[in-house]
Amino acid sequence: MANTRIVIDRTGAVIANAWTTLAADEALPSAGPVIVPLARLLAETDGVLALPGGVGVLVACDEALEQIVPLLPNLALVAVAFPKFRDGRGFTQIRALRDQFGWHGEIRAVGDALPDQFLSLVRLGVSTVELGEGEDPESWSGVLALRGGLDSRPAAEQPLPLLRRLAAPFAA
Amino acid sequence: MDTATQIRTPSAAAEAGIYHYDALDHAFITRRVEAFREQVQRRLSGALTEDAFKPLRLMNGLYLQLHAYMLRVAIPYGMLSAIQMRKLAHVARKYDRDYGHFTTRQNIQFNWIKLEQAPDILAELAEVDIHAIQTSGNCIRNVSTDQFAGAAADELVDPRVYAEILRQWSTDHPEFLFLPRKFKIAIIGSPQDRAAIKLHDIGILTQRNDAGEPGFTIYVGGGLGRTPVIGVKIRDWLPVGDLLRYMEAVLRVYNAAGRRDNIYKARLKILVRETGAARFAELVEQEFANLSGDRFHLPDEVVSAIQARFGSPDFADLPQVSPAYQKALAENADFARWVSTNTHPHRVPGYISAVISLKPIGGIPGDASSAQIDRIADLAERYSFGELRIAHEQNVVLAHVRQDALFALWQELEAPGIATANIGLITDIIACPGLDYCDLANARSIPVAQSISERFGDLARQHDIGALHVNISGCINACAHHHVGHIGILGVDKHGDEAYQITIGGAADENAALGQLLGAAVSAEQVPDVIEGVIRVYLALRLPGELFIDSFRRVGLAPFKREFRHGQH
Repeated sequence: MANTRIVIDRTGAVIANAWTTLAADEALPSAGPVIVPLARLLAETDGVLALPGGVGVLVACDEALEQIVPLLPNLALVAVAFPKFRDGRGFTQIRALRDQFGWHGEIRAVGDALPDQFLSLVRLGVSTVELGEGEDPESWSGVLALRGGLDSRPAAEQPLPLLRRLAAPFAA
Repeated sequence: MDTATQIRTPSAAAEAGIYHYDALDHAFITRRVEAFREQVQRRLSGALTEDAFKPLRLMNGLYLQLHAYMLRVAIPYGMLSAIQMRKLAHVARKYDRDYGHFTTRQNIQFNWIKLEQAPDILAELAEVDIHAIQTSGNCIRNVSTDQFAGAAADELVDPRVYAEILRQWSTDHPEFLFLPRKFKIAIIGSPQDRAAIKLHDIGILTQRNDAGEPGFTIYVGGGLGRTPVIGVKIRDWLPVGDLLRYMEAVLRVYNAAGRRDNIYKARLKILVRETGAARFAELVEQEFANLSGDRFHLPDEVVSAIQARFGSPDFADLPQVSPAYQKALAENADFARWVSTNTHPHRVPGYISAVISLKPIGGIPGDASSAQIDRIADLAERYSFGELRIAHEQNVVLAHVRQDALFALWQELEAPGIATANIGLITDIIACPGLDYCDLANARSIPVAQSISERFGDLARQHDIGALHVNISGCINACAHHHVGHIGILGVDKHGDEAYQITIGGAADENAALGQLLGAAVSAEQVPDVIEGVIRVYLALRLPGELFIDSFRRVGLAPFKREFRHGQH
């Protein structure tokens, strides 16, 4: 299936996107890069991971990340779903991928996240965001600028007063 | 002189007891205002739907009420400088109808705000380091504490430095801005719980161990609303260094597992109840163990650095007893009566904390005019090191008054109408805005509070009745904490009419308890009569010196219920 959605990186810049996302009942393609729902990855682990061209997994907000931890070394991307912008479970999943499970690969936020949530996403370690249908990437990059942008220095080099180092982004 | 011109910018020196922002803190709230201004513009232009705008405005304290927007401004752990207080008066005067309403979360609400002016108001507030961040929405709200923190004679540890740390940690926390539901934290440092910690999502009691080191006891899952629950202890002792790590763990478990299918079952209390407190504690400990230690460790030097940003009052060296104060007490019965209810013992010899009542007889609980707010700011500067606090009972505290200046202070309270000697008494009523303002309410709260206040207005009678907390909520959301009022009044919708259910025996202190229902709901007109009946029973059966709540605990509901039934026939 074709992917017509715009994808931006952590700075809000539009990037080329080669990934397609497999629907739950869709047959496996012959090659990646393809994002596969978690249930399919678990059900057809060998077949999915054998695909050339890169495999990613799509995690729903009520799915436990622990299930994919053993497979992480074979994956190139983890997509975290935001079914509604009000549902903040994805934020905890993103943080856990970076902080708890030590994932350094690409994390992509997909679904209904709002531009005004961009800074949170980036601070928690998101690499890319797939925008909604017809969404303007400038409304995303604009939010970063408005909120003063990110301090991209490593936490250890940031001015340490008080608690601000806790607000430093998780390293990707 | 125009009051606006009197507003000063914060000086380089920290106000006593007030956390002093640095340039980075200040830049943060200023940027935040500009981001909100842009969001409002997008909303006004139609680029942003109300659905998408709602969580953004809520995160900045802006509610849409029955008649207008309401702006809830944060007063972190209830502490304000006189300069900040004057700014609130200015906002009331310039953007609202010349008054503000102090809330049970130690905040202030302005009820008649225009959307297009909200960014200007926030910009003005930012000039004095005040904001409205996270005063609503499904995020961690303003941390509340004891209104006598840092002053009370019975205090073990001043909790404000930890409250400030929690404020900084929770503000704009990237992971916890879209929780299943709102999240409230209270922290105290005294065995006397004046902040109702067991009625919060997280309640923190700060204590000292045998080595004299501070640490925390943690309660979770308390809350009121339609399912009132008293919080349960899940950690006996948490060292200071682990405070944030543990908070992270609780919030993560909640964010991941809290219910999102039903708004009425989304609070932490439901998760704790459905999971079981012991199992919930295990999940938190597991998460706590999973967290990388360094990142969330709170080192002593950070605590000290934050502590250093608080100004500390320059107390005079005074004798334990002030002869002038003793003389005034002996000679002026009205003053002595006011002192008996409206003060609290101070830890420093020769000082005392004074409570300014925002509950004049027949008035609207918690409301203050801009003139009164200005006046209180002046008094704070002259009598209490320029510092004041908002109590969750919707009154104002001048925490550090010299005993030998208390009589003069009391005399100055009379003219602006804030000298009522009723703190903790039957007319010190906690009430929510109710159906007069709120679109969630089933019934009005304010007129009921006013009618009770008038019925029991006689001061001698109030003092005879003694300590008695009356709480009135206009709906089951329980903003006025009716479940834990000694007398709790809940507005309900009875076949399209406003009616009131009355409970008695609730308590919000260290012996927190939920009130018990007297009987069927009554009309607004009947409420004062029903309370009259409750008081009659109490006065008839109380032992010498016995408080209402203690009598209730001794005799139980039955005699009160009998009187209620009798009154209904």
